[in-house]
This record gives sequence, C-alpha cells and structure tokens, in this order.
Amino acid sequence: MQNPYKAYPVRIDDIQVATADKTLRTFKFVFLNEGDEEKFSYNVGQFAELSIPGQGEIPIGIASSPSEKGFVMFTVFRTGKVTQHLHNMKVGDVMGLRGPLGNCYPIEDLEGKNILIIGAGFAFTTLRSTIKYLLEPENRKRFGRLDVIYGARHPGMILYKDELVEWEQRDDINLNLTVDGTDGQEWKYHTGFVPTVTESQAPQGDDDTYAILCGPPMMLKFTKPVLEKLGYEPNHIIMSLENRMKCGIGMCGRCNIGKELVCKDGPVFTLDKLNEMPEEDQ
Amino acid sequence: MKVIKIDKKTWAGGINSLRSGYRLIGPVVKGDAHDFAELASDEAPDMAFGNTRLSPKSVIFPQSEPMFTYSLDESDPEHHILKDSTKDYSPRAVIGMRPCDAKAISLVRMNFDTPDYRDPYWMDAYDATTFVGLACDNPCTTCFCTSAGCGPYHEEGLDVLLSDCGDAYEAKALTEKGEKLLAAAGWDAEGDVSIFEPKKADAEAKITCTVETGNLRGKNSLDLYDAPFWKELSFACINCGTCTYTCPTCWCFDIQDENKGKEGVRMRNWDSCMTSLFTMHGSGHNPRTEKHQRFRQRFMHKLKYFVDKYDKGLMCVGCGRCVQQCPANIDIRTICNKMNGYEAAS
Repeated sequence: MQNPYKAYPVRIDDIQVATADKTLRTFKFVFLNEGDEEKFSYNVGQFAELSIPGQGEIPIGIASSPSEKGFVMFTVFRTGKVTQHLHNMKVGDVMGLRGPLGNCYPIEDLEGKNILIIGAGFAFTTLRSTIKYLLEPENRKRFGRLDVIYGARHPGMILYKDELVEWEQRDDINLNLTVDGTDGQEWKYHTGFVPTVTESQAPQGDDDTYAILCGPPMMLKFTKPVLEKLGYEPNHIIMSLENRMKCGIGMCGRCNIGKELVCKDGPVFTLDKLNEMPEEDQ
Repeated sequence: MKVIKIDKKTWAGGINSLRSGYRLIGPVVKGDAHDFAELASDEAPDMAFGNTRLSPKSVIFPQSEPMFTYSLDESDPEHHILKDSTKDYSPRAVIGMRPCDAKAISLVRMNFDTPDYRDPYWMDAYDATTFVGLACDNPCTTCFCTSAGCGPYHEEGLDVLLSDCGDAYEAKALTEKGEKLLAAAGWDAEGDVSIFEPKKADAEAKITCTVETGNLRGKNSLDLYDAPFWKELSFACINCGTCTYTCPTCWCFDIQDENKGKEGVRMRNWDSCMTSLFTMHGSGHNPRTEKHQRFRQRFMHKLKYFVDKYDKGLMCVGCGRCVQQCPANIDIRTICNKMNGYEAAS
C-alpha cells in the first residue's frame, strides 16, 4: 500500500484569474510522473490536498470532471497562508497533489433520475465538475431532467462564465443564474438569493428527483426548508460539507461531526444522515 | 502459551543480551516521575514505579516526527518534491509497560490501520515493536481500568506479561514475538502459570473505583450532545491540553512544514482538540469556538463516538493519568457516570 501522505509531484500548467475581485484563481495541474494521473483516478465531488512543500497543505474540491483528461483543475479562494502562496505561484512551478480524497456525489445511483444542482459562491467548483460530467454525450442520456441554480454576490463573482454561457444555450440543462445584487452592471438573469430563486425555479421534489447542494452555511440553512417545502425528502437532498482538515484520510481527528469524519465518511452526506449528526457550532 | 521464570539475578544479563537485537525502551526516572525513554547501553529499566507520567504511546507515535524532506532550492532538479524521511524501524522492545497502555495501543491501532488506508509511520513502528508488560500488583488510587474494559493483568496488546514475584518475574509469553524476545534474552527456566490467576484476582480487588458505562452505547448521541451539563462540567477547564497529551488513547495530530534556509521537513506533531485553532477554518469560521464545545468533543469522542463507531468499548483504558494531572481537577470518571446516567427530558 502506498504512503497516503505522499503527494504526487505536479506542475502548474495554467492559471486563470476566476473572479473580478481576483480573490479566486483557477489552476490546472499536470502530473510530472507517468502513471500518476491514472493513480489519481477520481469521481465528481471528491477533493484533494494541494501540497506545497515549505508551506503546507489545503483540502480543495476538484473542479475538473473525471471525463477531462490530461490535467486536474482547482479553483482556489485566497484566504490563508497556503492559498496566499499559491496565488503568487506561476505556470511551470512544481508542487504536490494528494488524493483523490473523500467520498463522491452518488452520481451512479442517480441514473435515470432528475437532478437539481444548487450552488452558491465559490463552492460551485465540485458542482462544475458534476455538471461537466453529466453533460458529456455518453452520460447525459443516462439521466433525466437537469436543473442548475447558481448564485453569486454580484456578476463579477460568477465562476466559469464562458462555460455557463455555453450551457445556457443547450436544451438539456435548465440553468438559473442569480446574483445578490448587480452593482449597476448589466445582468440579464435572476437577482435575489439562492433560496428565493430555488422556490420559484426548482422542479417539485418526487421519488425520481434528487437535489445536490453545495454552498456557504447561510445558503444551505435557508435552502433546506425551501426544498422540503417543494417536496424533497431528506434522503433525496445531497450535501457537501467542509471542515478544517490535515490528513484527509480519517486519521488526524479534527474534521469530525459526531462520529462521522468529513474527510473520509464525507464530504458528501444526505440530509437524513446529517439529521442524525450533531449540529456543531452550538 | 509458555511461562518462563526469570530469576532477578539473571534480569540485567538478559536485558544486556537483548541489546544486540533490539532498541530497548523502558521506564526511567526523569525529574520527579518515571517516564519511558530509550535505554542507554549501560542503563537498566527501573521497574519500581506506580505508573509513568506519560504512557509509552510515543514509542509508536512520537510527539514530533519527520514525514518527508524537501528542497526549496530551484537549482535542485528535484526541488519541491517530497522525499521520504529516513526512519529506523529496526526491532525495538518496550520493557515494563502497564497493561492499560498496551490495550490503549491496540485501540489506537484501529484508527491508523483501516481497510482504506494504512498509516505507514504508526504501523511500521508498531510492527517493529515487542511489547513487554508489567502487571500492576499495586494499582494507583486513580486507576479504574477494571470497569474500562481493561485490568491490572490484562493481556491485550502485549507480547509478554511479567508478574513481579519478589526475587523473580514470572513471564507469560503471549505471542511469537514475545517468545522470541524471551529466547533472545536467554531466559528459559520453566515458570509457574498458576501464580497468575490469584495475583490477578488480588490486584483487581485493590481497584475500588469504577465507572458506569453500560448505557453509553444505547444512548442517543444527539441527546448526549445536547445535554445541559457540558457548560457546568467544563467550567473549571482551562483547555490546557494536559489530558490529551497524557492520554494513551489520544491520537490527534497536526502536519506542519518546517523550513530552514532552502531545506525543509514536513513534520507530524501531536495535536489537541482542546485548542481553538484545532478546528478553525481558513475563513475564520470555527465550529468549536467555545471551551465547552471542545470539552464536549473530547469526552463524546472517547465515551460515545468511538463506542458507536467500533463497538469495542470505550476509548479509555482507565489509567487515571488525566485524573491525576488535570490542573483543574476534572475527572473523566464523573463525566462518564454523568453521561451514562443521563436521561433526556422527553
């Protein structure tokens, strides 16, 4: 068994500023050693530790889709020591990638079902991975209706704009973009918070419809009751959590919620599972 | 199972014979207490102790240990690539550990040796170690092992169990590893297995303090989490973390990069759920900002989450170190009994 703490060496292949305020950047990494990309085989909703020797490691959701080959992509918010350093790195720099870690969205179980994807802020990364995967020609036909609701603070904070424009023109995905406010910028989509847009735009819940949610705590808190009102059962609401992590493999002991470890038993939990777990913060 | 009698006149000689095949770790006096340390070439384990201040968990799980080294020098073609740190996993033996500490290691193993991942540092050290226990004939007043799934003659996790019989030890070889060690020391006199049962009964009878644990597994985790007593119980706690460092079953760790010039080492260090930084997100959000939340996490982990997750009893062996060393007199026995007896208002 290989050492789960040892990161695969990777090279930064591309860096794009992802938002108008430049606090998010999208990085594409390529593996230095042949065979490592295969070993890093991942599913949608998983995360990895971005490992920068000399700085430390950060757990970040994988933004590329398993169907995209030749690179792995992450969109990273600049917030602490490691992300600050990463934002100052350049194309060609070498660092490490450790994973894939955690469970994934149960996409294979959703075959034949309708999927509602709700995201907000920069938690949209693993949802981008999911949508990209679902829209691949070989995958799209295996699933029913696909609805997406994605909110950001203002138009400049929307991630992956080019792709969203492309998706919007397709007839096999219902995309609802919303912003909290426009700051006077031109904006032809929804204005308002994600829960409100969900209430007016999301399909009714039923046995064949599942919701996947990822976003900041406030958005989750107010969207859950909306979904319940729309008829989504707790076991049809799938959420992705985050917590401070170090090891990412269920050993270092800090990311637990009750007896579940977010890094290993999660980060993806259904709402009925979460209802059995304590609400930390209280 | 073999029982060997070790005449104390042959003890020092046997220990010396072991040095060629094993790194020896044993109890020695450090300041005003006993602790485990690697024995110098002329040093014998000091077997006259109640219990050591710290458990020998650091033999398997050092307080600080290097994982990788790396170069930050961009002229080095391998810069920013992790290299395995040099490790010594040659055979080692812990001499004279208490049965509670051995059981603790077998509990902690469940965390580091899982179907999905094997922690190489913990497991390689564990595999390299022979555990020689010393039964407790004179337990401390704070010991409550008999009601924590352990006991003064408990054999789980040990390769050899020694019982002090005055001018000799009776040594029970519990595993092949243990037999090998006894043979390497040259101890081969036939022992007397019949001494163990009565001595065990005597020792167990001396342990009068107990905890009530029978209801813990059946309790609803959310009820216990929301129980009204956490703030009151944690009132005196100063979150110093002494309990977590002295606890033989606490395993939480941190990973930190330490740089010096263009070189660096990725270290793993013991960490503690008693500190606020333990759970603080990069954003500043923290699920455990309040001390009662961290206090609750520690006891819920040991006495409820672990119990539910593994169905192997408590994540506590009743060694009593946290009871003895807590500067605020917080007593896990009180908390355990409180949790065990708690009925949520319907």
